[in-house]
Amino acid sequence: MTANLNLWLIPVLPLAGATINGFLGKKSSRTAVSTVGLFFPGAAFVWAVVVVFRAWDGLPYQEYFAHWIRSGSFTADFAFYLDQLSLVMLLVVTGVGFLIHIYSVGYMWEDPSYYRFFTYLNLFMFFMLTLILGNNYLMMFIGWEGVGLASYLLIGFWITKDSAASAGKKAFIVNRIGDFGFLIGLFLIIEHFGSLDFTKVFAQVQPLVPESSAGLLTTIGILLMVGACGKSAQIPLYVWLPDAMEGPTPVSALIHAATMVTAGVYMVSRSHVIFERAPIALTVVAIIGTLTALFAATIGITQTDIKKVLAYSTVSQLGYMFMACGVGAFSAGIFHLMTHAFFKGLLFLAAGSVIHAVGGEQDMRKMGGLRTYIPWTFLTMGIATLAISGIPPFAGFWSKDEILWNAYQNNWVYWLIGVITAFITSFYMFRLLFMTFFGDYHGAHVDEHGHGTHGHDGHGHGEPHESPWVMLGPLVVLAVLSTMGGLVGIRNGFEHFLDPVFGSGVAEASSEGASRSMEFALMGVSVLFAFLGLVLAYVLYVSKPYLPQKIADALGGFYNAVVNKYYVDEFYAKIFVKPLVDGSTSILWQGIDRKVIDDSINDAADGARRVSDEVRHMQSGNLRSYAGWVAAGAACVIAWMIWLGVGLGAGK
Amino acid sequence: MNGAMNIDNLSPYILTLVTFAPLVGALLLTVLPRRDREIRIISLIFSLLTFFLSLHLPVHFHRSLSGFQYEINEAWISSPNIHYHMGVDGISMWLVVLTTFLTPLCVLISWKSIHDRVKEFFILLLILETALIGVFTSLDLFLFYFFWEATLIPMALLIGVFGHERKVYAAVKFFMYTMIASTFMLAAILWLYAHTGTFDFVVIRDQIARGTVPNFPAAAQWLFLGFFIAFAVKVPLFPFHTWLPDAHVEAPTAGSVLLAGVLLKMGTYGMLRFNLGLFPEQARSNAPWIMTLALIGIIYGALVAMVQPNMKKLIAYSSVSHLGFVVLGIFSFTQLGLNGAMFVMLAHGVSTGGLFMLAGILHERRHTYEIREFGGLASITPVYATSYLFIVLASVGLPLMNGFIGEFLVLSGAFHARPIYGILGATGVIWSACYLLWMYQRVFYGKVTNPINNSMGDMLGVEKAAVWPCAAMALVMGVAPILWLGAIDPAVHATLNPIAQMLSKVVGQ
Repeated sequence: MTANLNLWLIPVLPLAGATINGFLGKKSSRTAVSTVGLFFPGAAFVWAVVVVFRAWDGLPYQEYFAHWIRSGSFTADFAFYLDQLSLVMLLVVTGVGFLIHIYSVGYMWEDPSYYRFFTYLNLFMFFMLTLILGNNYLMMFIGWEGVGLASYLLIGFWITKDSAASAGKKAFIVNRIGDFGFLIGLFLIIEHFGSLDFTKVFAQVQPLVPESSAGLLTTIGILLMVGACGKSAQIPLYVWLPDAMEGPTPVSALIHAATMVTAGVYMVSRSHVIFERAPIALTVVAIIGTLTALFAATIGITQTDIKKVLAYSTVSQLGYMFMACGVGAFSAGIFHLMTHAFFKGLLFLAAGSVIHAVGGEQDMRKMGGLRTYIPWTFLTMGIATLAISGIPPFAGFWSKDEILWNAYQNNWVYWLIGVITAFITSFYMFRLLFMTFFGDYHGAHVDEHGHGTHGHDGHGHGEPHESPWVMLGPLVVLAVLSTMGGLVGIRNGFEHFLDPVFGSGVAEASSEGASRSMEFALMGVSVLFAFLGLVLAYVLYVSKPYLPQKIADALGGFYNAVVNKYYVDEFYAKIFVKPLVDGSTSILWQGIDRKVIDDSINDAADGARRVSDEVRHMQSGNLRSYAGWVAAGAACVIAWMIWLGVGLGAGK
Repeated sequence: MNGAMNIDNLSPYILTLVTFAPLVGALLLTVLPRRDREIRIISLIFSLLTFFLSLHLPVHFHRSLSGFQYEINEAWISSPNIHYHMGVDGISMWLVVLTTFLTPLCVLISWKSIHDRVKEFFILLLILETALIGVFTSLDLFLFYFFWEATLIPMALLIGVFGHERKVYAAVKFFMYTMIASTFMLAAILWLYAHTGTFDFVVIRDQIARGTVPNFPAAAQWLFLGFFIAFAVKVPLFPFHTWLPDAHVEAPTAGSVLLAGVLLKMGTYGMLRFNLGLFPEQARSNAPWIMTLALIGIIYGALVAMVQPNMKKLIAYSSVSHLGFVVLGIFSFTQLGLNGAMFVMLAHGVSTGGLFMLAGILHERRHTYEIREFGGLASITPVYATSYLFIVLASVGLPLMNGFIGEFLVLSGAFHARPIYGILGATGVIWSACYLLWMYQRVFYGKVTNPINNSMGDMLGVEKAAVWPCAAMALVMGVAPILWLGAIDPAVHATLNPIAQMLSKVVGQ
């Protein structure tokens, strides 16, 4: 029996920070706002660490806080749940989250709405931690929708920027489409298991045998995956994430790379008991993940906006995580989730540092040669690039290798696509690195007046300049984590840590000698491909920089399709948005509402009026006369009723 | 102990006090000189007094009991046999409190916006409050019908005298629609009186349940429909909804707040109390088409809301959508669904009331509700923008806000009744995000497109005092719905009980 851990403090601390800054921040100094904005998530991190030490032997741990909803026999409470899975998430979210808060002090310092930024950021932490720590699906859903809100607010943070507002709205609505599936899944769970508590639901699912054809668990699994597709930007709902880059860069790092977008992976892993008994649903997860990984990576090759490259890369890496879940290797998915939080958080923060350095410019074609101007940024971003490309011994290598090996054991096609994607990943990441830091600087030397085209991010000094230490510090810490963070996976250490949650699954069987050598062979192949990507990028963007344009010209239409993201946004607009808006306007509103319903009633009323010529003064429009008529009518009714009463009374 | 005794002694009179306190205020206003400031203050005092009196109800309510409480039942007129019978259960009690909560806010939001005929305005507002409370507290059908019709006159006058450009058209449309529909209910009530000799709801309900009403089986379907049509128009259920947008657009802000916040709930309350209470069998057999209309209302209302160029019409159509959830929940015949329906009623009253006040604040400054007239307001009026967003989020159904609780319960109940109902209804979570966030973006985000708006002032103190209680309530209801559900749950259980018994009889046969 573990002593009371007061888990509730962890989400509530940042909420307190958000509340204080939300109400008082506007009139406070930046220093005060930063103090509040850092103290509370920092305290949450500290408390999380304390909890880890105190709870280590007492997992899983449950904590009841208060009633929330009680309706008949259905209950959902404010209650918390901590096991190895939520523990990993807890440390990642509070740890990386806190680092990004620190970075934001430097990055957002000159923004006029500084306090608003920290209010939203702390609010996000509250919801994200609720999502992770809830002991039932409805608590998770609080967090789930709440992080969506925080994302909406932060994408549209620069309120005068139309594109940002549209992106925020798009993110929210596309997520709602996913939530629709999630909700139906929850209804099914309530319907059949009478509860949304993880322990109660899973205890009932546990004895069920895997479904050989599509049944209840399969349906639930697929519906949950619809929700995950929204939040974690998978096909077909990934379209909001690239647009979400309109938000300030720390937001992209925290919400749209390291934490929120991984919520879908967490949710699927949390529901592994259901998925493991629904092989068809698992296959759906694997296919969606694999296709998304490849698809998004190909778009990443052609993007020239530094943040857009990273956005598509995030979509692609999330695809890897779902691939892992889909082949039943949940712990590998969570492993990659963790390392990805390190290196992708770092990539975004470093990109922010680059953007900061060049006065708000995000177009990589206008960068180049920056490594001499901003060496620390270059160094840390280089490490992150090595990590994401799967080059040993950096963090991404271990987790990606784990996923690919598990995928191979399930179906070699997943593995093959995974390796191809790894190659593309390495290529576009080194392309980014080379375009930004190598060659000559192509940017204008922005003066004090001219901000870059993306205005808000910019500062506009002369030469590209290195960021202050408040920003570089978090980069360095994340760089260390991106370097060493994968080592916990040696000898399946990370996996074994999660064994109490997921059971000793697929990977355990693989430690036999023969498959061991197979594992090493496959590892060799993927590392080789990662290096090939690096070399190709070097050739195209450093040694023969005139080549990419030639290749693009040669590819013609196909290249254009990829640059334009396969026209998926345009397709959605044409197939869904426009018909919906036009149809609602012309058919529903102008048609049914105005013509059919209202006109027929007005016609009936007109007809009635024509018949009753004597009472034409009713149309005088004089309200007093209407009131008079009403009073007269009411009097008649009452008189009638009294007469009726008298009559009945007499009848008795 | 002694104090508790005293309060208990108050219980038989509390409903009378709550119901007629506003009327006393209105009568007082009639004899006062036309000094606008005093009139406003007295209205506020009386509406606040009513609110605090009404808090007696939930505070001393016995949550474990399911029947009517605070009952008073006195013979009033012997022939026809009309009783002054009042009482509330966990359902009507909260609707009373909703009414008394919103009315002082209506007084505040009208503080500056009503300049002409101030005295008449506040008299009408207070009379309306009495009538609304009376609808929810009456347990005698005659009394109920009296209050029901009594709401029409002050509301029609509020629209017709204090409204905007096409006010008379809207007032007449509102009046005619609901008046004509009510006559069907009147006919049904008179039939029941003729066959039972009483207007007493409880007595009639028990007689019907025991099967002692002559000719009831033959007439039941017509009686059900008689009540239902009156309620469906009031809700309004698709396709009876077209009076609503016109009424809202023309109504003064306070009128809209009470219209959407409370008046529409008279319809859904009526369904819950009378259609389910008196005619459980017919309610059951008619449920499929009613739920279908409710679903159409949810989706149709939302889609039409989405394309409205006028902010107030948008909110009006969103009410059609939200009230569709209520009807869906009621006719799902599930504990979850009815609890949810009840919660949506309250939540919608608070958040849509708030939205109408916010729209009114805009109109006060620019004399238009056209969305395209605005844009970029977030940078001019940040407090207003934040308050607006808060209420929008409640309305969109963000968890921990009031909209979510009700919708979630309704949909899970509807899903239990038939999965497709829950699935189609759940698309509402997408639509509400579409129409509200799109509108919000066009009004608040971006650069200021219309230079006139640059001189717009942010919220005044009195406006904050009107809107912020709604915002706070939306949050409290979302975080601690248990405070409301505790009383709702047993009342809903009691409502469903005869239906459950009926079903088990059917199954038994």
